This record gives sequence, structure tokens and C-alpha cells, in this order.
Amino acid sequence: MVDLAPAADVAAQEPAPRIASPLPLTESFAARATLVGLALLFLVVFLILPLVVVFAEAFRRGIGAYFAALVEPAALAAIRLTLMTALIVVPLNAAFGIAAAWAITKFEFPAKNLLITLIDLPFSVSPVIGGMVFVLLFGLQGLFGPWLDARGITIVFAVPGIIIATLFVTLPFVARELIPLMQKQGTQQEEAALMLGANGWQMLLRVTLPNIKWGLLYGILLCNGRAMGEFGAVAVVSGHIIGRTNTMPLHVEVLYNDYAFAAAFAVASLLTLMALATLALKVWLEWRAGPRLARTRLH
Amino acid sequence: MRIEVKDLTKRLQSTLVLDRVNLEIREREFLGLLGPSGSGKTTLLRILAGLEFPDSGHVLLDNRDALTLGFEERQIGFVFQHYALFNHMSVFENIAFGLKVRSRRTRPSQPEIEKRVMELLRLVQLRELESRFPAQLSGGQRQRVALARALAIDPKVLLLDEPFGALDAKVRVELRRSLRDIHDATGLTTVFVTHDQEEALDLADRVAVVNRGRIEQIGTPTEIYEAPRTRFVFDFLGRTNAFSCTIENGHVRLGDRVLAVEGMPDGPADAFVRPHDIVLARATNPERTGDAMLPGTAVVRFISALGQRASVELLYERKLIEAESSREKLADLGLQVGDRCTICLRLPRIYSKVEAEKGASEHAQRPRLRMRRRPRAA
Repeated sequence: MVDLAPAADVAAQEPAPRIASPLPLTESFAARATLVGLALLFLVVFLILPLVVVFAEAFRRGIGAYFAALVEPAALAAIRLTLMTALIVVPLNAAFGIAAAWAITKFEFPAKNLLITLIDLPFSVSPVIGGMVFVLLFGLQGLFGPWLDARGITIVFAVPGIIIATLFVTLPFVARELIPLMQKQGTQQEEAALMLGANGWQMLLRVTLPNIKWGLLYGILLCNGRAMGEFGAVAVVSGHIIGRTNTMPLHVEVLYNDYAFAAAFAVASLLTLMALATLALKVWLEWRAGPRLARTRLH
Repeated sequence: MRIEVKDLTKRLQSTLVLDRVNLEIREREFLGLLGPSGSGKTTLLRILAGLEFPDSGHVLLDNRDALTLGFEERQIGFVFQHYALFNHMSVFENIAFGLKVRSRRTRPSQPEIEKRVMELLRLVQLRELESRFPAQLSGGQRQRVALARALAIDPKVLLLDEPFGALDAKVRVELRRSLRDIHDATGLTTVFVTHDQEEALDLADRVAVVNRGRIEQIGTPTEIYEAPRTRFVFDFLGRTNAFSCTIENGHVRLGDRVLAVEGMPDGPADAFVRPHDIVLARATNPERTGDAMLPGTAVVRFISALGQRASVELLYERKLIEAESSREKLADLGLQVGDRCTICLRLPRIYSKVEAEKGASEHAQRPRLRMRRRPRAA
């Protein structure tokens, strides 16, 4: 038998040779200019312009009004709620993602493919439906509603509902990132750790996690971005109680509907900044982890 | 440590991977488990290690039931086929891992760990590479690190899964020697799995030939090579020529001889002969130098001479026969491609076909005569 794995690793560490032009370009200058121009136009209209508009609108009434919109109690509450949701949801889904990827890649059991499909469910179902499911389950008219109500527990139109809906929507991110990575790595290093006397925790902390850390961080970033920005599912379960169950995206909508454009865009710009920061972190991670991560990604 | 395997059976879905395997491995022994892929040899090794569990049967380590012991109590060092080094750790950290994960009570102090790792690095001749990472090592170096890492926990038993499978031929022979030296120096009981008969016969004190979940034969390399008990063992250990014959009343007629065979049922059988036990003579000058001379003549198809050995491919009764002799002998005969010659068989071993059909191990036993085109000798 030939050992291919180490060779592949070595290949992964060498930077790919930079090729100036991957194709022999034969198109005329006009054709090239049109194609590049179209691509640029598309980029400007659909990506850059909206970004500029968000910030331009946010600062339209001056920097004072901008910050006033952000420190206003309802905005602060929305920011707080969004951050809190992300803070609760991301670690939970990271733990779930690790556990699910672990189970799927390191063990053989029946209905494994079913589990993989189920993990993907939140990706294929519209978030609005995701939200509605929880209303139907936990709302007053819902399946568990009366039972919960009798014990004074409110889930729908309250913070727990927002957290549950966000959990649902962001469930696949970490697991999706880790499954292909861990599948590729196999179980030999874990077995080696066990043979050397490591217990389960030592194996997880010293062998498994260091091997998946870049993939895990990447999954967490994606999960975090979505958790902060989720609108549809949260909109259904939130009930839009200003200052209590409004997350940032919902707050933007409320302000916008009230014609408070500058304030709406101020909050939106903050959300955009968070997204840009996440994106920058993602690029940095990809650069750090190199092609190893990029190759195993599915989306 | 002495290892006893009793009636070990393991199924994977509907396949019987191990079929009532019995095996005794002596203290300080160097045992090779030899078999084709899928024969169950790796599963057997993994059960000894505690990485897999049998459906029934027992494994005893110094008379203690191993199946109830944890990894730490088994005191087994394991070298994986692809080494399974921890990629994010340096060579030093890899080797120290088994000592660092011990509970506080039994963990050596940092200076002790360093001393032990340095000792092991010296043993496997990798002293200067302690701060390298696995990706920066060659295949042979990785293998040595894996070996040092397995030895760090002071095991009583060392198990190796295809230890040289991923290495090129030269490094392989070199590492074989150093593994043997380490085994002799440490007084371990060592078991390794291989599909390479040359490696098993060269390295081990005793070899167990595994086929379809059973041990077909166990013995010293000489015993196994000189007296293969089953047709599978004969065939697996080297190149084989098979000649059909028939057993009648405990005797078999082979060419111009009648040979006595014991304990075999009457009926069709095969005589197996190694290429170097086929003696050729010119058809014009037949010479009787073997145990049996076959009637008629064969035609030389190809001759390939490399170094000291010459191998000759012959067509005899529409079957390909492979013969091997020294180059000088062949030159003396003056055989050329297309010439006719007679065939004498030395040391034929008779295997009944009746038994083979009864047993489960028939189909891996076609003689391995290859129809590959060879360079013609000048």
C-alpha cells in the first residue's frame, strides 16, 4: 500500500504557483473591456453602492445625530439583545457542531445519512417557516403553550423565543464546516492518543480540537454573522416589543417604517460594520489556515 | 509479556473477519502476522490493542483477561500504518505525549520527561530533529518518530500495523534492521502485520500465516518456507508452479515417479513446485536431476537475466511454467528462446484438491503465473 496522506499534506503547504494569466486570452480589447466593465458595474451596483448608501444615509444628519441614534435606549436595547443572542447561540451551536461532526465522522451507526440531512434542514427551510414552527410549538395556541403558560414560562414573543429561533437558523454552520474536515482526517490520531493512555477529554482537547481549530473558528464566524443578522425567523417569534424583544435587524425595520431614515441607517451601518469585521476576520483566517481549509469547504 | 488468543471470532456485518483464531505469542518473541489484504490480520492486531472487540473468544495478556483492561493497563505500544503522528505537535511533543497525559500521580516530572524523550530520540537515531514537525520529516523519519512515541510509555508489547508499507525499498530494509535491534535491546514482545512475505520471513522469530480469518500455519520462517502445510501457504510465500496429478491409494504419479503421500484422500491433487526447484535440460540431452521428470518437452518462451539469477518462462502442455536458476547454469545449457527442453521437478509438494474443495480456502490458490511480457534476453 502506498501512503498518500503525508504527500498530500506536504503539497498543501506549498503555496500554489502564481499564474499571471491562466488562459491564453484571444478576445479583442473591446470584448475584454465589455466583460470587465459588466462585472465591475454589477459589483458597484449590487455591492459597493448599497454599502456607500448605508453609510451616507447614516451620516446625512451629521455625526451627532448618528451617535444619538445609536445611544437611544431602544437602539441600545436592540444592540444588547443582538449581542446577547449571539453570545448564547454561537457557543451552543459550536458545541453542537463539534458533537455532531464527531459522531458522524468518528462512529458508524445506522441512520447516519439521515442525521446529516437533518442538520442541513435549516438551510433548506425558509427562516420564516422556522420561526412559525416555534410559534406553533410554544405559542399560547401551540402544542406546549398551555403547559408552559400554566408554569409562567413565556417563550414566544420573548427573548427565549428569539434565541431558539436563532439557534435553529444557525444550527448547520459549524457542523457543516467540520464534517468534511474531520472525515478527511479520520480517526487514527484519536486512536493513537488513546493507545498512549489519553482519556476522552485529553484526546478531544489535545488532539481533535487542535486539528480542527481553523475549520471550527471559520464555522463560528459564519454562525456568528448569521446569528446577528437573522431577520425572518426572529421577526416571527419576536413580537416587536420595542426595548425588549427587538434585535438590531428588527429595530432597523421599525425605524425605517417610522420614516426615521437616518436612525435606521445608523443602526444598519453598525450591523454592516459587524458583518464587515466578520468578513475581514474570515479572510484573515483563510489566509492563516491556507488552502487546507479552503479545499474542504462545502459552501 | 505472553499473549494468548483463544477462539477469537469477529464478524463485520455478514463477513467472518476472524474465525476461531487460536494463537500463543511467547514472551520476548518477534511474531509476524502475514496474510493478503482482507485476511483479518489487522483486525486481529487491533483486537490485541483494544481498538476493536471480538464477538467471542478471549485475549489473555500474562494470563489476565485483556478484554476487560483499559489501554493503560494493557501496556501496549501501537505503531499505526500511516503513523498517525500528531501534526500540530513537534517531534518532541509527539514522543512526550504518552507521558504528559498521565494522571498527576504517575506523571514524571518535566526534566524526567525530557530525559526520556532524548533517550528515545537517540534510540531511533533522530537526535537533531526534536523540534521539527511531522510535515517536515521523510517517511522513514516519521516511522521512527511513531516508534519512539509508542515506546515512550514503556510498553510490554509492541504492535505494528504494516510498519514498512509506506516506505521505499531501501529505507524499508534499513528500518527492518533497526526495528529488530530495538526489539532485541528492549526485551519487548513484538507483533507486526505485513502482506510482504519476504519481510515476514526476514524479520520474525515466528510467522503466522493468516488467510480468511484463520491462521493457516505458524512456525519459524524456515519451517514455513520449507514445509508449507497448506496450498495457500505455499502459494502465498512465493512464486508457484502447479501440476495436476491424481492420488490413488495413498500414492501419486508424477512424471516418471510414484510418490507416497500420507493422510490425503484419493482424488485430484496438485503438485506445487517453486521456480528454483524446476530443473531444465536440453531435449536432445535429457538429464535426470530431480525427483520426477515430466514426459515430453517444453518450449522456452522468455528468458530474463538480472544479476546472478535467470528466470525462464516455458510453455508446457499449454500452461506457463516459471523456472529459475543461476545465470551460469543457464549459459551452460545454452538454451535460447524457442528451444525445447525437458523438465525435472525437485521437492514437489502435493496438495489434495478434495480437501481444498471441502475447506473454505480454495479460491486464493491459483498458481500465480503471470502472463506479463518480459524483456527478451540478448
